Amino acid sequence: MKKKITSLEDLRKIKSESKDLTSARSGGKSRIIIGMGTCGIAAGAREVMTAILEILDKKGIKDVAVETTGCIGMCQKEPLVDVIRLGESRITYGYVAPEDVERIIEDHLVNGKIVADKVIGRTD
Amino acid sequence: MALYRAHVLICKGTGCTASGSAVVFDAMKKELERRGLDKEVMLVETGCHGMCEMGPIVVVYPEGSFYCRVTPEDVPEIVEEHLYKGRVVQRLLYALPGEESIKVPHYKDIPFYGKQLRIALKNCGYINPDNIEEYIARDGYQALAKALLEMTPEETLEEVKKSGLRGRGGAGFPTGRKWEFAKMAPGDKKYIICNADEGDPGAFMDRSVLEGDPHAIVEGMLIGAYVIGADEGYIYCRAEYPLAIKRLINAIKQAEEMGLLGDNIMGTDFCFHLHIKEGAGAFVCGEETALMASIEGKRGMPTPRPPFPANCGLWGKPTNINNVETWANVAQIVLNGGEWYSSIGTETSKGTKIFAVTGKVNNTGLVEAPMGMPLRDIIFDIGGGIPNGKKFKAVQLGGPSGGCLPESMLDTPVDYESINATGAIMGSGGMVVMDEDTCIVDVAKFFLTFTQNESCGKCPFCRIGTKRMLEILERISEGRGKLEDLDLLEDMAHKVKDGSLCGLGQTAPNPILTTLKYFRDEYIAHIVDKKCPAKVCTALIQYTIDPAKCIGCTKCARQCPVNAISGELKKPHVIDQDTCIRCGQCMAVCPVKAISVE
Repeated sequence: MKKKITSLEDLRKIKSESKDLTSARSGGKSRIIIGMGTCGIAAGAREVMTAILEILDKKGIKDVAVETTGCIGMCQKEPLVDVIRLGESRITYGYVAPEDVERIIEDHLVNGKIVADKVIGRTD
Repeated sequence: MALYRAHVLICKGTGCTASGSAVVFDAMKKELERRGLDKEVMLVETGCHGMCEMGPIVVVYPEGSFYCRVTPEDVPEIVEEHLYKGRVVQRLLYALPGEESIKVPHYKDIPFYGKQLRIALKNCGYINPDNIEEYIARDGYQALAKALLEMTPEETLEEVKKSGLRGRGGAGFPTGRKWEFAKMAPGDKKYIICNADEGDPGAFMDRSVLEGDPHAIVEGMLIGAYVIGADEGYIYCRAEYPLAIKRLINAIKQAEEMGLLGDNIMGTDFCFHLHIKEGAGAFVCGEETALMASIEGKRGMPTPRPPFPANCGLWGKPTNINNVETWANVAQIVLNGGEWYSSIGTETSKGTKIFAVTGKVNNTGLVEAPMGMPLRDIIFDIGGGIPNGKKFKAVQLGGPSGGCLPESMLDTPVDYESINATGAIMGSGGMVVMDEDTCIVDVAKFFLTFTQNESCGKCPFCRIGTKRMLEILERISEGRGKLEDLDLLEDMAHKVKDGSLCGLGQTAPNPILTTLKYFRDEYIAHIVDKKCPAKVCTALIQYTIDPAKCIGCTKCARQCPVNAISGELKKPHVIDQDTCIRCGQCMAVCPVKAISVE
């Protein structure tokens, strides 16, 4: 049986716990986009995506949209991962390996510091 | 809980279920598991999105891609292409009517939604109605908490009065004043009722709200109970709405488990218990006194008012009854303030109204629009106009109690007063669109047959008057009408209105009165020329084969269900008019268009 709500705090707590239930359905968030074309998959994009989801879960980050996209033509630099912080430019990282993911999320997504050595492009 | 990167929402409202969404849901579940995506892609069943015409509807977030008419065979492609590789499946996206090549990538850019304003339907199609946490995540039960913990019942009532909310069941009585009457009525025991006995042909507003967002009704009723001082409530829902009832039962159970229903709600002294009463589907039980009689276990028949339910209602106790859509607005009003709500709509009609747009219209479905929007915008801009290049002929507002309006009235703004002035009524929100192939006499006959069947029989004017009027209409449609019949119809219509106790009889003549007012020529064509201009009334039409065009292929003769067509192979065929039942099937199969109807 569920715990009864006996105060406004209880309700607010359930609301914040439930927020991520529907949060993927609303816009207005930072985004991580993974290239999942055949080229990306062949280069290991699936493993990168799994790493991204694991790290986000580990750090308890809910307020981000994780999207996939098709081939953008730079197949030789796959796996490609784009990070768009809310209101900022789209930064594209190339040759991303699962072990790079934590750095990209921690430094760039959370703290706004672009991981320069992995960047291959920027779109405004 | 791990982050779900994508959400797949599959509509399991009645409309989409009927077009097969349950199979799509199962296929999606299996496919996600097979591809190992079930831990990162959340599969959600939702209520109605409103665009029932396009069902089964599947929406994929975060992109907001709106996939239409999805079959189980499409599922592997959506999973492989969209969810795995991030490539939106273009061919399944919504396309503008008549322009199949123009695909609309985002849910919010579809014109059907662009002109709508969703308050009562805020969560419909967006949340899982069986999950109270999703409702809470979208500010659910915040309004109840605000009212219970921060406002007095009087202050809460004041917000509802300020909002200008009027009864959405059709009559448009100010909700705040209704509550005030029940609040002022002396008595310790008071009841709250939700009228979910929606029964107009072509209306499914209430069903969709109950199926898509049942907690909104529970919360609205809790707030109403807090204001008037009721500790018990009923939802009177027809048994023909099994899914709505299932979702309500679940919603009530979840709210009880969380202490949002029952004793000492949210730790306060406020107690409220909610029951569901399943109705047997009698139309008259939507009338409040008949509804209460039905809950009490009596035959559903109206009783004279006064006394009004506010003073002497269910089991003789003060009772407040509101319709589903009215309740669905309450929490939003308390949460955002009465002033916010009254800023939407017109001078006298505030907020929004939900319409079930059906009939000869491209986007059959559920629409919520601000009050004051012209009928034309709802039918043509949101509804997408008339299919197959046909011409608009009429729109029936308010179901069997409402009226039939012609093209010339399409600029009427949708608010209680403007619609009443036309002779139709706002009603609960049924909007049946008709094209040039619809016979107006036939329409009047259809609605009168309905009210005739549903009359409870208590008042002679309603019981016998509707029967006699129906006989006259049948006579006219069979070419046996007289011109005097029209005056007689009008005279009887007014007498039935005046001589009936409840809304059913008082409004039953409305379809006749409005069609006589706006489409009198068509009645005259039936009576004087013995012609049915829309070619619907079987007694007044004839199918004939043009011997010059007929190639003698025998297709029509083989199709004819009554063997009325004869002729030799490769020679012109003829229809025996005495045997012909005017079903029109021959005309549909003729490959050379040799058959015409006059």
